[in-house]
Amino acid sequence: MKTFPIGGIHPSDCKEYSKSAAIETFPTPATVTIPLSQHIGAPAVACVAKGDRVLVGQVIANAGGFVSSPIHSSVSGTVVAVEPKADAQGNKKPSVTIAVEGDEWVDTIVRGGALKKNINLSKEEIVSKISQMGIVGMGGATFPTHVKLSIPAGKKAECLIINAVECEPYLTADYRVMLEQGEKLIVGARILAKAIGVDKIYIGIENNKPDAISHLQQLASAYVEVEIIPLKMRYPQGGEKQLIAAVTGREVPSGGLPIDVGAVVQNVGTALAVYEAVMLNKPLFERVVTVTGSQLASPKNLLVRIGTPMSALIDYCGGMEGVGKVIAGGPMMGRAVSNVDAPVTKGTSGVLLMPTEESLRNVEGSCIRCAKCVEACPMGLEPYLLNRLTQLGDFEQLEHHYIADCIECGCCTFSCPSYLPLLDWVRIGKAEVMKRIRERAAAKK
Amino acid sequence: MESLVTTVLIVGGLGALLALLLFLVAKKFYVEEDPRIDEVEKMLPGANCGGCGFAGCRAMSEALVSKDDISALFCPVGGDECMKKVAGYLGKAAPEKEPMVAVVRCAGSCDNRPRNNRFDGAKSCLVASSLYAGETGCPFGCIGLGDCAVKCEFGALSINPVTGLPEVDDEKCTACGACVKACPKGIIELRKKAKRGLKIYVSCVNKDKGAVARKACKVACIGCGKCAKVCPHDAIVVENNLAYIDYSKCKMCRKCVVECPTGAIVECGFPPRKVAENDANSSNKVAE
Repeated sequence: MKTFPIGGIHPSDCKEYSKSAAIETFPTPATVTIPLSQHIGAPAVACVAKGDRVLVGQVIANAGGFVSSPIHSSVSGTVVAVEPKADAQGNKKPSVTIAVEGDEWVDTIVRGGALKKNINLSKEEIVSKISQMGIVGMGGATFPTHVKLSIPAGKKAECLIINAVECEPYLTADYRVMLEQGEKLIVGARILAKAIGVDKIYIGIENNKPDAISHLQQLASAYVEVEIIPLKMRYPQGGEKQLIAAVTGREVPSGGLPIDVGAVVQNVGTALAVYEAVMLNKPLFERVVTVTGSQLASPKNLLVRIGTPMSALIDYCGGMEGVGKVIAGGPMMGRAVSNVDAPVTKGTSGVLLMPTEESLRNVEGSCIRCAKCVEACPMGLEPYLLNRLTQLGDFEQLEHHYIADCIECGCCTFSCPSYLPLLDWVRIGKAEVMKRIRERAAAKK
Repeated sequence: MESLVTTVLIVGGLGALLALLLFLVAKKFYVEEDPRIDEVEKMLPGANCGGCGFAGCRAMSEALVSKDDISALFCPVGGDECMKKVAGYLGKAAPEKEPMVAVVRCAGSCDNRPRNNRFDGAKSCLVASSLYAGETGCPFGCIGLGDCAVKCEFGALSINPVTGLPEVDDEKCTACGACVKACPKGIIELRKKAKRGLKIYVSCVNKDKGAVARKACKVACIGCGKCAKVCPHDAIVVENNLAYIDYSKCKMCRKCVVECPTGAIVECGFPPRKVAENDANSSNKVAE
């Protein structure tokens, strides 16, 4: 069975809590707070004002540039505020707050009806529609999808890889989508393939989801271009570069992009959103969120409107009792939440509740030079060295040791027997080095 | 015996030859260096803190010797006295600067600013501030993990375990500015060092609206502007819901301290206030 060549770890997958819970539609809350920056790139620019009435699916903020994405209202009601609101980390971000009245959808959105399989639009039409509907990468990185689909001149895409790995422990949102909406997902993948002009689609799934593999294999048998690739379970297989290596055996060069080896990677959630956007005119205003945790009364997979407070989801699934830490996303790459009233955004794949005894870090020791972090790093870096160099502030050496290639997967911190917060420091160093690289590039221009 | 003599002769001869070679090379490639650089370096404090903007005291003394106009160069550690000595030796006009001292503009101690979560990552303010807004409701205030104390070469900063805030030892502080650079929240400011260690400053950097700031911290500046109104010297500006006292205009009359409703304006080093009859109410307010 295929997998990526170097590094990686084997955390317990902990998916048993929520894997058998079918996707449930979460009731629309009384108010939603929709942040204007839910994607990588320029924040969207609000085009509604206090007192305006909006419908479900109406544009409330336009894209702020090419690498940006518009934001749509997830509810119908009245705009009560356009002002900065605290996000999950407590930082104030420009947001639109809407008081919900009824559930009135924009009339262009097709609701219900049979699966639409025929793709009649041209390449350009598909990309522009995806851009208008505010589709971003839903695995967590939230990179605007239309940018990924715009192949730069001189490059050629050879295959589309659908990331159905979901290697993050605990999360089961993608898994449930595969089981329940497999057909839409495959049509979505075919739309994406048409947009980049390729006729080969690989869907990479880890072997801890055998029913998803067999279900999609059965569905894919109707299409010659779709191939399901079962992968050996290993974290971080869902990393873009790791997945390309696992599926095609090609290595993305340092500082390069997947398109340099002819691959475009899209997440399962994104493929479903693309199907809904292109075939049903439905903008991205709701997503599947896994709410899980070992002490939670009823872990669930919920279809949630963007802007719903996380605290509402937590209360719905059993409350905060015995919880020491709330994480938005998975336990490996997700970020701890200090403000549980913060809204669900396009990139929130899960809300994970860790019991108090599991949530505390162990006491930090000293580096014993065991090189476990080097062995675990899927990018072939030396985390212990990057950690030390960042503490010393030697950014030239950091760049020389390829810190910019770090994918922030957290394998180093996970594997450290001295419990050093390696990734905490490496992230600081990476941010500074990336800033310097950008400044140098700007100075050259 | 013979082999011993030969060995001694060969090794000794070789040594003498190489010594001669080294001597000639040293003569030939001798770098002419201004002897004054060494002298000036001796006059500088030798802290190598980088407070002057150069890599160390050597680089600073090279600059002092080579530049004709040294008005832009200043050693904050040595201060006026040291600069006068150096300028006198070099025969140049001495740069003058008022002595400064680092001031921590946050009074959000554990009592004043309740924690609503706990940070469990790397023990560094830089790491914590890059991850989220902080342990309290105030996203502007001190994180208390002590990056400033670590960076201080002079042992002038330490975290008080009771308040969880850094404290400056005015005697040891040289105003080199390392802590100002180290603080990711920009709380520490270099302010004029007044006589007898007198200080009046707004001990808050919260730019939130009054109600929000007050909810997060008992001693937050709420931007009410009372201090600016009462100041007879126009030294106080209120911008973005935050007051700032310009130390170059402040005459230390202490009227603002009495007026501040939250006690965000701090006075240090003054003798205890005489409580006059008509002043009693406002003094109580400060004590609250």
